[in-house]
Amino acid sequence: MKARVLVFGWGNPSRGDDGLGAAFVGEAARRSDVEMLVDYQLQPEHALDLVGRDEVLFVDASTSGKEPFEVFELTPGPHVTVSTHHLSPGGLLAVYQRVTGKPPPRARLLAIRGWQFGLGEQLSERARQNLDAALGWWRSEAGAALAP
Amino acid sequence: MTETLRRIAIDPLSRVEGHGKVTLLLDDAGHVHEARLHIVEFRGFEAFIVGRPYWEVPVVVQRLCGICPVSHNLCAAKALDAVVGAVPPPSAVKLRRLMHAGQLLQSHALHFFHLASPDLLFGFDSDVSKRNLIGLVEKHPELAKKGVLLRKFGQQVLEAVYGKRIHGTGAIPGGVNRHLAIDARDAFLKQLPDIKAWSLDAVALARELTLKNVERHKGFGTVPSALLSLVAADGSLDLYDGGLRAKDADGRVLFDGLDASSYRHLIKEEVRPWSYMKFPYLAAMGPESGWYKVGPLARLQVCDRLSTPLAEAARRDFLASTTGINHAPLAFHWARMVELLHCAEDIEHLLHDEALVMGELVSTGERQREGVGIIEAPRGTLIHHYEVGEDDLITRCNLIVSTTNNNQAMNEAIRSVARQYIEGHRITEGLLNHVEVAVRAFDPCLSCATHAMGKMPLEVSLVDARGEVVSSLRRGDA
Repeated sequence: MKARVLVFGWGNPSRGDDGLGAAFVGEAARRSDVEMLVDYQLQPEHALDLVGRDEVLFVDASTSGKEPFEVFELTPGPHVTVSTHHLSPGGLLAVYQRVTGKPPPRARLLAIRGWQFGLGEQLSERARQNLDAALGWWRSEAGAALAP
Repeated sequence: MTETLRRIAIDPLSRVEGHGKVTLLLDDAGHVHEARLHIVEFRGFEAFIVGRPYWEVPVVVQRLCGICPVSHNLCAAKALDAVVGAVPPPSAVKLRRLMHAGQLLQSHALHFFHLASPDLLFGFDSDVSKRNLIGLVEKHPELAKKGVLLRKFGQQVLEAVYGKRIHGTGAIPGGVNRHLAIDARDAFLKQLPDIKAWSLDAVALARELTLKNVERHKGFGTVPSALLSLVAADGSLDLYDGGLRAKDADGRVLFDGLDASSYRHLIKEEVRPWSYMKFPYLAAMGPESGWYKVGPLARLQVCDRLSTPLAEAARRDFLASTTGINHAPLAFHWARMVELLHCAEDIEHLLHDEALVMGELVSTGERQREGVGIIEAPRGTLIHHYEVGEDDLITRCNLIVSTTNNNQAMNEAIRSVARQYIEGHRITEGLLNHVEVAVRAFDPCLSCATHAMGKMPLEVSLVDARGEVVSSLRRGDA
């Protein structure tokens, strides 16, 4: 039985703050009805990971958003790219809609502000603070039934 | 470059550090003199690897690319097989081949269904908002669904061998970590009829779309060059192993059957001040004329045959569509689908081999100081070369990734297209579209190491000789 909620973080942990999405998934408080998923980047087949969910929270680093993080409601949307190396969350929702013939689950994007995207495995100090703030938001969002 | 040249900068994916920026240099007459595709990723990664223990490398290099981490894992493991002095046992080799075929199938499906088929279906001049996967699924929902399911199948194969979706330890120096579970094998075999049927459909669609526009495709970014690939001892294409074979632009064999360690004598790497990416060339031909193409278009024409029957028939059909060597970048798409079919057949063949579920997984040998691994990754020949100290730490790393091997070929294709479609001294949507189509045919790893949100515009700028922007276009990301 699939978990009702999917938290899906992506990014590259070898690229400094680009690993914020993966770090969030690694540290976020767990709940039995929430599945955590991490990958390097979004791909069309991830649409199948959204099937059967009531809600999806996408988590990624942001290069230009507000600190410490922003939360956006997502809708299926167009996507323009020159390469196979990127798919937007809105684009993924549109893939879901067309492949399944159903409207996608409620989806939000948690965009955590990052600052250093060079090679290296450590989050920058500012990104670490932003991640902690985002984790706090998640604890409150997920409610009192969280596992330790 | 002379001081009188003008510059047009096309910035398709300025993700974090200016990845994938295209600069067109114009001469006084307004003709495109040179095209420069700027990609910054990989040389930094070589330095990043130095100082790490060698056994950690096959996992770390997976972060080079979110699309083909398995290719880097396998290539590093092959290089480090030599370092640990091991010849991997038959089960390990077959499991690696299974991983590789799964990766190629997945990556090729992504490229065709996500990027290429919208270009081919809707045309280069169509509304850009339709010329992508979303446009594709609106018009051809069944096609898009097959693309997603083909990718999912490849992903499931990889998860079954790696044990998890990412950061897995499939291949290790000397072998692999685990067998394929019998129930997973049986489940995959049940799916294979559909996978093969969809692959055949994809070949038919790529063929139809290519032949429908064959005259236009012939002249689109077509620049003759040498071709490079791995080939098995019997002349068939070997995506996992084999010897290096190169042909010149007319199809004459330049060298054949050379082992991985000979790459450093066959291929030289030129550094240019404007790019972090190296410019490899065949040493015997020199830097001016020794650049070459790698990837599906090269592979199908360098080898003598494919080892699987349906794909070999499709390859012959592909070859029969042109006289002589086909250098058209848009022919990559059809060639890629022939390889997709080959991988589907190869996966089926491998799944019937009991060595996947039993047998030795790792071997050892006498420790060596260095090793070279070469593999045919989805986008072309991939080379990993490591030197390791007595303390087991990497002391030198040299990577020539597929995109680097295609570096000059991409620049030449872009220059050709830009010359054909530039209108005056302005960046137009039309020019941008055509440059994008040329770049997409090669599918370079533009920025695969970083994926943060933001900074995803398509920006096109015209910069005069004094460095001032006189015209620009920006295409945002939804």
